[in-house]
Amino acid sequence: MAKHIVSTVAEIPPGTRKLVEVAGRSIGVFNIGGEFFALRNRCPHQGAALCTGQLGSAVTSPGPGRYEVDRAGEILRCPWHGWEYDVRTGQSWFDPKGVRVKAYETAVAPGSALVPPATGLLPGPYVAETFAVSIEEDYVLVEV
Amino acid sequence: MVDCDIHNHLTEDAVSKYLPKKWRDYDRQFGRRMTPGDFYPKATPMASRTDAWPPGGGPPGSDLAFLRKQLLDAWPIEVGILNTLISVRNQFRDYDAALATAANACQVAEWLAPEPRLRASLLVPYEDAALAVAEIRRHAGDRRFVQVLIPSRTSEPLGQRKYWPIFAAAAESGLPIGIHFGGWSGGHPISGAGWPTYYLEYHTGMIQTFQAHLISLVCEGVFEEFPGLKIVFIEGGLAWIAPLLWRLDRSWRQLKAENPNLRRAPSEYVRGHFWLTTQPIEEPPEPSQFAGMISGLGMDDRLLFSTDYPHWDFDNPDSALSSFPGPSLRQKVRRDNARALYRLD
Repeated sequence: MAKHIVSTVAEIPPGTRKLVEVAGRSIGVFNIGGEFFALRNRCPHQGAALCTGQLGSAVTSPGPGRYEVDRAGEILRCPWHGWEYDVRTGQSWFDPKGVRVKAYETAVAPGSALVPPATGLLPGPYVAETFAVSIEEDYVLVEV
Repeated sequence: MVDCDIHNHLTEDAVSKYLPKKWRDYDRQFGRRMTPGDFYPKATPMASRTDAWPPGGGPPGSDLAFLRKQLLDAWPIEVGILNTLISVRNQFRDYDAALATAANACQVAEWLAPEPRLRASLLVPYEDAALAVAEIRRHAGDRRFVQVLIPSRTSEPLGQRKYWPIFAAAAESGLPIGIHFGGWSGGHPISGAGWPTYYLEYHTGMIQTFQAHLISLVCEGVFEEFPGLKIVFIEGGLAWIAPLLWRLDRSWRQLKAENPNLRRAPSEYVRGHFWLTTQPIEEPPEPSQFAGMISGLGMDDRLLFSTDYPHWDFDNPDSALSSFPGPSLRQKVRRDNARALYRLD
């Protein structure tokens, strides 16, 4: 397991996401109210690009005719068959015991902590593609 | 691989270009009377995968270049069969006939001519057999149309004699009748017990329409009258068929005197005249139950792979085909059965 730098914090405002490639895997990094979560971009059902799906709410019913809505923006719906997952954990919403998407640990670190000779970090695509880590910014890390 | 159920979307503007002036004016002034099949709000806009909207605009399935990219080139699809779902069931039969003719011309010019991998189902105004037969005759010999399309929610069970001229013309032209999920009945509910509430009930309950047609086609003696007729159930499911045939055969043995037209067991007519597409593939909790279902069905040579692209209940070929036990059956489902049925050579 290694931590990969995948984005600046500023690049993923609350309520948005970024798709990144880390160690050969497509991963969706989501910002929910300032917290970051990372999920494998593949639905375990039939393989759709899960992290391109819509974010919605959890709707539950304590009994017929009664509805409750919460967790706004925290439930991810697969773009194909609508299977729903909890962005925070990768657990499916409809069958929490049976279906799960791989969720990765995330962290935020200031650039000053990431520039060499910081240890235990692998440069992610963000660094490789374009520009070096700047010490003035905060970065999102994903552990894969 | 052959994909036996692809939905290209013909927009109203696209079809309108191919209408004669009289009907184009009618189309503009009065419009189409209803949007059949849409009485239940679908799971997603246009009942489509949310990633299937073409980047250049237009509804899912309306852009050939994007359909190529997202489907035909994404898997090794040699032939894809288009089942366009525009309604030719507006109650005004002459208008329905004009729409069917225009839509078929549109398919030839904008889909079949530019993309040789594609074939299409022929739209016909199926509630008026004489007009439907005229449309079948108009395209006789054009091998790019591989079957005649009828949606599963018809006004009457399809074994009724009002539909027989369509069967006669199709059999004469060597075209199967493809019966596809959807359509508008003209009033009666999708369930045998009235109108359900949810799309979930509609989507699952659609198999009741296929059951009604299967029983009707067999019991009315359609296959005695048209021994060359082939029926394809598209998006009708597989798992319910074997138990229904067990029940039908048992009742037939007891009730033969009521219907002496039937000279063979109902299951023999079904296994001799029916083909079945796979999507949406049933997903039993125990995979071995799927293999048991296929074995009970006994129609290995009649199963046709389909994706239903771009609809929300699309089956991915990689995962759906792996449900079928054994490489030999998978090859039949994936390719060989469709090539034989539709004479794709």
